[in-house]
Amino acid sequence: MPYHIGARRAVMKSLLQSVRSNVREASTRNKCSWAGLGWPASQNAMERRYSMTSTSFLSARRYLGSQVDHPKRQQQTEAHEKDFLHFPGAKTTFTFSLEYIKEISEDPVPCYRLLNDHGDPIDGAELPEIEQSLGVKMYETMAILQTMDNLYYEAQRQGRISFYVTSIGEEAINVASAAALSSDDLIFPQYREQGVLLWRGFTLKDFASQCFANDEDSGKGRQMPVHYGSKKLNYITVSSTVGTQLPHAVGAAYSLKMAKEEACTVAYFGDGGTSEGDFHAAMNFASVLEVPVLFICRNNGWAISTPASDQYRSDGVVVKGQAYGIRSFRVDGNDTLAMYSCVQAARKMAIEESRPILIEALTYRIGHHTTSDDSSKYRSITEMERWKSLRDPVIRFRKWLEGNAWWDEVAERRLRATARNEVITTMVRAEILKKPPLSDLFKDVYDSVPVHLQEQEAYVRSTVTRHPKDHPSDVPL
Amino acid sequence: MQVTKGLLQKFGPDRVLDTPITEAGFTGLGVGAAFYGLKPVVEFMTFNFAMQAIDHIINSAAKTYYMSGGQISVPIVFRGPNGAAAGVAAQHSQCFAAWYGSCPGLKVISPYSSEDYRGLLKAAIRDPDPVVFLENELMYGETFPVSDEVLDSNFTLPIGKAKIEREGKDVTITAFSKMVGYALKAADELAKDGISAEVINLRSIRPLDRATINASVRKTYRLVTVEEGWPQHGVGAEISASVVEESFEYLDAPIDRITGADVPMPYAANLERLALPQVEDIVRAAKRACYRQVPQSAAA
Repeated sequence: MPYHIGARRAVMKSLLQSVRSNVREASTRNKCSWAGLGWPASQNAMERRYSMTSTSFLSARRYLGSQVDHPKRQQQTEAHEKDFLHFPGAKTTFTFSLEYIKEISEDPVPCYRLLNDHGDPIDGAELPEIEQSLGVKMYETMAILQTMDNLYYEAQRQGRISFYVTSIGEEAINVASAAALSSDDLIFPQYREQGVLLWRGFTLKDFASQCFANDEDSGKGRQMPVHYGSKKLNYITVSSTVGTQLPHAVGAAYSLKMAKEEACTVAYFGDGGTSEGDFHAAMNFASVLEVPVLFICRNNGWAISTPASDQYRSDGVVVKGQAYGIRSFRVDGNDTLAMYSCVQAARKMAIEESRPILIEALTYRIGHHTTSDDSSKYRSITEMERWKSLRDPVIRFRKWLEGNAWWDEVAERRLRATARNEVITTMVRAEILKKPPLSDLFKDVYDSVPVHLQEQEAYVRSTVTRHPKDHPSDVPL
Repeated sequence: MQVTKGLLQKFGPDRVLDTPITEAGFTGLGVGAAFYGLKPVVEFMTFNFAMQAIDHIINSAAKTYYMSGGQISVPIVFRGPNGAAAGVAAQHSQCFAAWYGSCPGLKVISPYSSEDYRGLLKAAIRDPDPVVFLENELMYGETFPVSDEVLDSNFTLPIGKAKIEREGKDVTITAFSKMVGYALKAADELAKDGISAEVINLRSIRPLDRATINASVRKTYRLVTVEEGWPQHGVGAEISASVVEESFEYLDAPIDRITGADVPMPYAANLERLALPQVEDIVRAAKRACYRQVPQSAAA
């Protein structure tokens, strides 16, 4: 809830004021008692002079140099400090101390969380109001998602589909964010958000048709597996190019704003995606154009084999928001309730104030990047096992539900069995269905089929008529 | 380039946006807006800078209708000056007709006259598919006589139809954009020598009006293609292949491609002139096709 941020800012402000007054005092007495700031007393004056501490990303603190001891100089200093100039690029005051903003704050941005690892509410945390039906639906969706992901992963390994991307470990981000949004909000996924699609009503049959690229695929067999899309469910078709969905989301948000609709666009991306130029461009544009877009970063610590430590040198992704003038949240992505609460608040701000919001959801990619990856080659199996057994977001939320007597072992067994059954049934059925017809090769290149493609299709059909035995059996006419 | 002069005043800042300078950014933004309800017209200062956005033009715009199974259409126009200007050297002078022209999902237009610009830009904006509209900086300043019909606010030209600017019977010359003017001047020169050249203004690079081109070659039996861009994999290469495939028996001479030189554009005025097709080059090529005795190499 926003109240947390407000309170923190108030605390920081008063801290800042008191520290500032300490600083002035200390400097006029030429003393080095920086204990309040956590600085060792013996730092030499030069070192102190040429750096700035900042205890929070919300305000960069300055401190004065140590030579202000003459009253007249003190006056001049204060006058100088009050000097204010409007440059076109920035409006600010002056200082004669050579100071810089530190490359990284000493205290990382704290992470919003409501339930601990065992699914118990944290003391003092204000939980969002969630009805039993909603809580149970979120859990069931996450469990079905897990089941689907595991079975499709295995199917790929068995050679039944060519490719798959699991969202293991990120079920809470997927489902909780989807639950907090409205069906009018337009989703621009990366490709680890099938849970969002599942929440919105994409059926197991729909998932199967896309992965097996059969006749029932709404994408007409045009895309690799997991490149789902649904106009009906307001989910833009997945595109493989990294980060391109970010400026798209901004453009669509602009359109929403012009149409004055009560909706926002939501763009998902990973920690790796923040290195793309498109991330920078999208953030800057969203801020300058003042459009209602949520940038949800699933920071799972790994971009294929590139760890976050090789991806950026900042305190994660949340601090990047301020560089663009964007309000930013950091949340525990494995905490369903926190994720729900955060996205709900962010959405409200985005729409009511027509502004972009950045949400960094910290999590861990328990599975491999895709089926084309074997992450044991670059990270320890112990690390993966630990996250899987101790920090599974689905189990954590289940414990909370059980704590409320909203779920139990019987329901669990029944759900898992049903889910497994349904996934397998839809998979087996989709596998043997007809593939898309010949006409789907030529349609949708343009709004209407151009003359040369019409001619080519006619030519293929006439060839088939003349040589029916040579026509492949898996291409319906 | 003053092309959008007065638009801001007329339509307001909601519809005419000054953007931060990132081609990738504003092109992606435009494509996203086209995904959902708007008909953006994205201007590049020149198409050279569109290379920084080419992923969005191809992967996000051109392919999306197909990849989404017909669920997401992208009614967007990318426009701006293309090809050589004067004295702006390598990074400001590339012609992109061939690159964009090879991409299914895009429509690519390169107008020549005022009538072309007016009719085709309106058609491009109204078209539900993504359109790359290649203008020419040096043509902005030229004037052309136009009929009242052209001035009508609903005047459009069909995309994919070439125009026969000048009828002839001895040799077909195809060209687009500024080179149409050069081809017409070359035709005047050739007429003095008794050669009647038919000049085709392609107007559309994709779809290419193969029907008109082939019909013309079947009449004249000879073909010269003209373009400013680089020779390898150029527009002339595609036209040549098309004519050889469809009208081989009609050809009386090999097809001649007149193109820009296979070098990055130099700056010095004398070198720039050597790197681009001139009227004399077109005249010489047409004469070669007509078996007049003119040596192959340029002697500028």
